Amino acid sequence: MIEVNNISKSFGDRLVLDDISIVFEKGKTNLIIGKSGSGKTVLLKSIVGLHEVDEGSILFDDRDFTSMSFKQKKQVRKEFGMLFQGAALFDSFTVEENVRFPLDMFTQMSYEEKIDRTDFCLQRVDMSNVNKLFPAELSGGMRKRVGIARAIALNPRYLFCDEPNSGLDPQTAIRIDKLIQEITTEFNITTIVNTHDMNSVMEIGDKVVFIYEGIKCWEGTRDDILSAENQYLNDFVFATNLAKTVKLIQNDKGAKD
Amino acid sequence: MRLLYHLGRYYILISKVFARPERSGMYYRQIMRELELQGINSIGIVVIISIFVGAVITIQTDYNIESPLLPRYLIGVGVRDMLLLEFSSTMVALILAGKVGSSIASELGTMRITEQIDALEIMGVNSASFLILPKIISTMFFFPLLTILSLIVGMSGGYVVALITDVSSPQEFVYGLQYVFYPYYFTYALKKMIVFAFIITTISAYHGYYAEGSSLEVGKSSTRAVVHSSIVMLMFNLILTKLILR
Ligand SMILES: Nc1ncnc2c1ncn2[C@@H]1O[C@H](COP(=O)(O)OP(=O)(O)O)[C@@H](O)[C@H]1O
Ligand SMILES: [Mg+2]
Repeated sequence: MIEVNNISKSFGDRLVLDDISIVFEKGKTNLIIGKSGSGKTVLLKSIVGLHEVDEGSILFDDRDFTSMSFKQKKQVRKEFGMLFQGAALFDSFTVEENVRFPLDMFTQMSYEEKIDRTDFCLQRVDMSNVNKLFPAELSGGMRKRVGIARAIALNPRYLFCDEPNSGLDPQTAIRIDKLIQEITTEFNITTIVNTHDMNSVMEIGDKVVFIYEGIKCWEGTRDDILSAENQYLNDFVFATNLAKTVKLIQNDKGAKD
Repeated sequence: MRLLYHLGRYYILISKVFARPERSGMYYRQIMRELELQGINSIGIVVIISIFVGAVITIQTDYNIESPLLPRYLIGVGVRDMLLLEFSSTMVALILAGKVGSSIASELGTMRITEQIDALEIMGVNSASFLILPKIISTMFFFPLLTILSLIVGMSGGYVVALITDVSSPQEFVYGLQYVFYPYYFTYALKKMIVFAFIITTISAYHGYYAEGSSLEVGKSSTRAVVHSSIVMLMFNLILTKLILR
């Protein structure tokens, strides 16, 4: 469980996060949604400590991350796995070296154990037989999957994904979403996913938080989202014609019943 | 004010770079890679430029000592000292600032904007140390070797000119190269080069590491890296010349 209490963050005199409080639940895929530039990435990076927050606190299973020393933070960070927007694989390393990297850095495993673990993680994301390729030789979706494999190499307790399906075709996007959700329940971890994709919301949104211009506007589950009475949220959810049509049909049905 | 800001941030970065490394085995690998990237890959350009400059200095020195009273072996002496004192250290370093500096800045800049540096940080790796320290170690080790290479190749360039033209006989030229040689000049050149390696690598790394925005910005930061490291290097050249060469 991750608890975010009243955090604010500004860059210069620009307030990007305004007094945000959220509880992210364990074993669930928690989504942060909102349009581009609403502050999703800044929120995620603030949670993991890549940005320092101006105010507020962040608790990882009741451990107050914000007040920890550098050393203590480092200890907690070993329980993090993160998938970045562009996957952020290390260009100069092969796929295998990328996934093995956290093991090389932080474990005392033997070489064979590391290779076994690496193969396990790559298999888990359906990426066997590409061990010796470089990231530049992979497609966007494959890179994301390797990114997930690297993120789970050290058995994280917390998984963070920034726009895991941006730039992917709809089918690949759903596959990545499903993978993240499966891993979350399989290993019972706390997962936070940033997205602006309504498909993801309806597919995997166990818990959904809507951010609008740095303010938390709404939270609920995917089941409440279509009937929510929030103007900003509605504008976001029903931005596409398809979604608008679905809504009209539903309203129609509602009127007839 | 800008200058103070940059100096402060540079200082913070350098102190992060020299924090205790977490896994020396991983650093060894990185150092090997950097030796190849920044060192071995620079041999070609150093060789080509040194040959031509050695040859040109020989011809120009001849042109400048027309007087029949001056012994011809002075050409060899002149070429040697010019290479030793300025060309094979300062000029070669300027060339390396262009090649190595831009490559370091664009590599780190790309890693920054594609969030690879964030990926290291989130794992709890000291990204500054992991990425920059191996570069500093390998350039401080390899640049002096490039100076030695440039000296040898530059003198050979001069020798070839002596062979195929009549500026001086090859014997006189070689005699000149050996005439009253201060080994001190040689260590001076190497010491200077070690300092230059540090300046070029850290300033370029600074610009790359703190790049932000788009790939366009990475290009700009790599240009800034070359310009700033060249300027600082030339300033230090002045100071060191005054300091080391009494
Ligand atoms: N490092 C930074 N410095 C200054 N402003 C930033 C920085 N990072 C993000 N911002 C600003 O914060 C706002 C939110 O950005 P972001 O969190 O990336 O949005 P998104 O919801 O698309 O992920 C944007 O207006 C952006 O310009
Ligand atoms: Mg974003």
